[in-house]
Amino acid sequence: MGQSLSIHNLEAWYGSNKILKGINMEIRPNQVTAIIGPSGCGKSTFVRCINRMHETLPRTRVRGEISLDGRSIYDLNPVALRKTVGMVFQKANPFPSMSIYDNVVAGLRLNGMKNKQELKASAEKSLRMAALWDEVKDRLNYSGMSLSGGQQQRLCIARALAVEPSVLLMDEPASALDPIATTHIEELIRSLKEIYTIIIVTHNMQQAARIADSTAFFLSGELVEHGPTSEIFTNPHDKRTEDYITGRFG
Amino acid sequence: MEESENMSNKKKLTASLGDKTFRLLTLLMAMSVLALMVWIGWQMVDSARPSIAKFGFTFVIGRVWDPVKEQFGALPFIYGTLVTSFLALIIAAPVGLGVAIFLNEMATSKVRSVIGFLVEMLAAIPSVVYGLWGIFILAPWLRETVEPGLAKWFGFIPLFQGTPLGFSMLAGGLILAVMILPTIASISREVMAAVPNEQREAALALGATKWEMIRIAVLPYAKSGILGGVMLGLGRALGETMAVTMVIGNRPDILSSLFAPAYSIAAVIANEFTEATSDLYLSALVEIGLILFGITLILNVFARLLVWSVERGPKGGISS
Repeated sequence: MGQSLSIHNLEAWYGSNKILKGINMEIRPNQVTAIIGPSGCGKSTFVRCINRMHETLPRTRVRGEISLDGRSIYDLNPVALRKTVGMVFQKANPFPSMSIYDNVVAGLRLNGMKNKQELKASAEKSLRMAALWDEVKDRLNYSGMSLSGGQQQRLCIARALAVEPSVLLMDEPASALDPIATTHIEELIRSLKEIYTIIIVTHNMQQAARIADSTAFFLSGELVEHGPTSEIFTNPHDKRTEDYITGRFG
Repeated sequence: MEESENMSNKKKLTASLGDKTFRLLTLLMAMSVLALMVWIGWQMVDSARPSIAKFGFTFVIGRVWDPVKEQFGALPFIYGTLVTSFLALIIAAPVGLGVAIFLNEMATSKVRSVIGFLVEMLAAIPSVVYGLWGIFILAPWLRETVEPGLAKWFGFIPLFQGTPLGFSMLAGGLILAVMILPTIASISREVMAAVPNEQREAALALGATKWEMIRIAVLPYAKSGILGGVMLGLGRALGETMAVTMVIGNRPDILSSLFAPAYSIAAVIANEFTEATSDLYLSALVEIGLILFGITLILNVFARLLVWSVERGPKGGISS
């Protein structure tokens, strides 16, 4: 099941550059939350703080509190946290030396799962959830690189799902894909929210409108407005949100 | 009007002429390398002819090297060269890889630049200086400390039996290991630095620890390049002359113990070239050089095949 997140006064730096300037946000379980905003507003950094990926880069710093179902993520080992909070990246990044199957079960193997039957069952389940099973079931031992861009991204989603996280972070997962592949991914996201809490960064407002239950608008490292998607797009409270969604800037 | 058209035509003509000349020039340079190779090869075969005619294949498998009786067999030199080179590889490959992993994935940028510089400095030390260090420090240390110790604990293995002399295949292998370490380390480091960060993040996001990330994302991506670096190191070890000559003991014997003195191909050529008075002696030395040439060639082909087979990976991949 999905878990809820609550974020208090989150600040993040990259070198001397303050990217997040005190974010407060509540994210409800089993919902799709979209993060929108112009380039450089800190939306990527925000999701990368949730699985503590931001701090793996040199010269970065994070301050504030993030809790997962009421428990601080900083009480957890980052390695353990990332098994609960999965992530899909902007650019599909399957492991090129591994087959499709090995890619999907890579995380499970890291967790020490060795039983072939279990691995196989889990791979099939994850690939089905990622709506990729029918396309790859006959060539699981082919390289992940033999797939198209959209398929590679769904493979990466399957790989993230296989470790059974409760939260799934997606950093512009469809920005490098064509419209048909994008549609696939969007349908997938809508179906996955029954099991996962999903946070998706997107610079495509139509995409946010199509798939998200709630939407947050970031600007210059601040959270301007967060509410039900319909409200953000039809009746924003903040002037800046209105300017952005009506295309007056960004 | 007409004049300017003329001008542009002229310009086009000179441009295409320039391209052609340039093409020809670079082709000539590329061909000169090929010609040089063929020429050297042919010269060597030609000069080695007396020895090839006299000994035939027994030259390669002969164990006796006696210039006085004009009896020449190259096997001890082939043996010494291969043993010291592989010993160097076995030591330097894991250490070099470890250095590269540490510098790339673990070290802070300050430590990285200091240690990285020092490792590259190892490559800048002249071979003869390594040899001197080998004679005055490494060999006595092996004789008094390392070899007796190895004989005590691992003496039941034939590799570690016999009198500790210091000047030995072990000394040759160790000195070569130090000399090829920078090659392996710096090439491994470069190919690992070329691994996209997305690959590392993909592993971390699945809950990989740092070591697991290196194992599943960094090393597989870089493996063919690392293998290439190791092979380049091996090539250097096979041909290294001065430092090995100074520590290997220079005795054309085939003994199983690493403590025993031996001889390498490069060393025998360097040592005996000036005293080779008869034609047969000289041509035997040239032939032994030809063998070194052949060994290097075979190992390089083998390395290519190896790189090619690890690159292939699963079906439908980028390079299959």
